[in-house]
Amino acid sequence: MRTPLLGPVIGLLALVVGVGLGLWLDPTVPPWVQPYLPIAVVAALDAVFGGVHAMLDGRFDAKVFVVSFVSNVLVAALIVLLGDALGVGAQLSTAVVVVLGIRIFSNAAAIRRHLFKA
Amino acid sequence: MSPLFRAKRRAPRGRHHLDPNRFAEARPTGLRAHPVLSGVLIGVLCLALGVALVTQARRTRAGDTLAEQRPQDLVVLLDGLQQREAALRKEIADSEETLSRLRATGDRAAAAREEAQRRAAALGVLSGTVPAAGPGVRIGLTDPAGKISPEVLLDALQELRAAGAEAVQVGEVRVGVDSAFTGAAGDVRLDGVPLRAPYSLLAIGDPPTLAAALNIPGGVVDTVERSGGRVELRQADRVEISALRPVRTHKYARPTG
Repeated sequence: MRTPLLGPVIGLLALVVGVGLGLWLDPTVPPWVQPYLPIAVVAALDAVFGGVHAMLDGRFDAKVFVVSFVSNVLVAALIVLLGDALGVGAQLSTAVVVVLGIRIFSNAAAIRRHLFKA
Repeated sequence: MSPLFRAKRRAPRGRHHLDPNRFAEARPTGLRAHPVLSGVLIGVLCLALGVALVTQARRTRAGDTLAEQRPQDLVVLLDGLQQREAALRKEIADSEETLSRLRATGDRAAAAREEAQRRAAALGVLSGTVPAAGPGVRIGLTDPAGKISPEVLLDALQELRAAGAEAVQVGEVRVGVDSAFTGAAGDVRLDGVPLRAPYSLLAIGDPPTLAAALNIPGGVVDTVERSGGRVELRQADRVEISALRPVRTHKYARPTG
């Protein structure tokens, strides 16, 4: 049971460090990334919440987390790209955000049940 | 909750996880065999997420998200802004027009009111409905023999008027445009009010002119002295005429034009 706990702790620490780095460095976003960044961030957040949920369930899996993280980000970017190409970018982005938001909410609810037993 | 649903709910543990069961059989291959590699990957991904999260939040707060919006959205946005601008400009124009109109009206109204007040004051003095003060003369006529007739007092009034008297009071009666001396010598009435000797006259006008008008040979002073009376004439810098005439409401005449 070493790995299931090590991964999440590293992940959460890295997240905090990343926030600090972002605040400190204030990087500029390359123009070609700009349209994808918001959706990608939401998708990655979904993966993180799923990971935390799995960790609390005691079944965190590093591979699942990495794959879901990367695939979430890629699919989100792809959807934005496709939506822009088809001229329904705004609607598709909204749909993605809604779906991811619902998933984040349900994961957060599961996390809440774990932490507060309520 | 139905038993069926509850059973279903329990079966796949951790339904919020992305793929809980698919990789379970793969154990222990791939990343699971390399805890260090998996830790590094997780760390890098989460680090990137933290940076991206903060960066995007900052960009959103800075408001420079307009650059990446789609042209259609920008057109809609611009259209809305232009419509709003046009509406606001129209509102400004309307408000300014209203302002200038109200200002002009206010100016005209103020000027008209001032003119009306000036006119009311002048007419009030003329008709005897307001008190008046100014330079003039005080005249006292004694009549020990009771020989001063209404005509003498009328003469005196005519002389004063001819000399430019603007307001005249005889006894306690303000002289107006319809004043009349009636009665006989010794029992003179002005507008029906009995006058008692010595008669006092107050007149506002140029004092020397008024005095000269009464003093002309064969004039009022001469007449009174021939009747045995005496005229006391004093010029004053300030004569106050406080007697008032009631305001007349005209029954038939109406202003025209």
